[in-house]
Amino acid sequence: MTYEIGEILVSLTIVIGAAFVLVGSIGLVKLDKPMARLHGPTKAGTLGVGGILLASIIYSFAYGDGSMHELLIMVFLFVTAPISAHFIAKVHIHRDHTAQELPDPPNDRVWATKDIDPEETTEA
Amino acid sequence: MIRRILPHPMLSLLLVIVWCLLVNGLSLGTVVFGAILGIIIPVVTAPYWPDRPLIPHPHRMLGYILIVLWDIIVANVIVAGIVLFKRNKDMKSVWIAIPLDLRTPEAITILAGTITLTPGTVSADVSDEGHSLLVHALDADDPDAVRDEIKTRYERRLKEIFE
Repeated sequence: MTYEIGEILVSLTIVIGAAFVLVGSIGLVKLDKPMARLHGPTKAGTLGVGGILLASIIYSFAYGDGSMHELLIMVFLFVTAPISAHFIAKVHIHRDHTAQELPDPPNDRVWATKDIDPEETTEA
Repeated sequence: MIRRILPHPMLSLLLVIVWCLLVNGLSLGTVVFGAILGIIIPVVTAPYWPDRPLIPHPHRMLGYILIVLWDIIVANVIVAGIVLFKRNKDMKSVWIAIPLDLRTPEAITILAGTITLTPGTVSADVSDEGHSLLVHALDADDPDAVRDEIKTRYERRLKEIFE
């Protein structure tokens, strides 16, 4: 009985995870602007991978000794993914946007990426 | 004395848990070796981060994590709908500037990470003094509503944890 329940749960979580990875990839192809494209992988990285890792945990508990180190993958992914997204966004702001296109920071003078000394920029 | 042996008690605890998860089993030997690592690594790396991040209410972290996980699931479904069924030109991608009440760098980092992890919003930049956050939303009809939701839902809770 536990075998059947385990099998159903594992299949369900794998399908859910894979579906969100697919949607994330479709988003990457379909969306047109670089900043919008950045939203695609956040889905694949959170619920997509999360679903597949959850399937792995359920499988190990249903059929084996049980294992939890999938949680670590999840934690490390959650800690590192926003940082790479943040840097891609920063590069994009740096190259493709002028400070006027962005909203003004409510509390400070300027956004960090645009905080450049005009003397130091060599390229026009 | 305690400060010298355990400069970062939370880090030591975290290292023990991470070690047990890496070994993927719970036995006395694993916990003891994890504890040894948890004592040695913070002492060796202590010179690189002299400031001890203060977390006055760490127990409230659990509630925050659960809320964020729930929001990730909900937002995933909503954004999947937007990506699949909305035409590109109908999307209202906007930049949103969020004034921050948080002051500790750790709290601001967690807030920025949370914003990026919940699909539909990506935190893109901080202001020069670190008192505002620049967020990009994929499809927002009302940018002010997104800003208010982030402020009331996440920032208020982080303020309770860190201040």
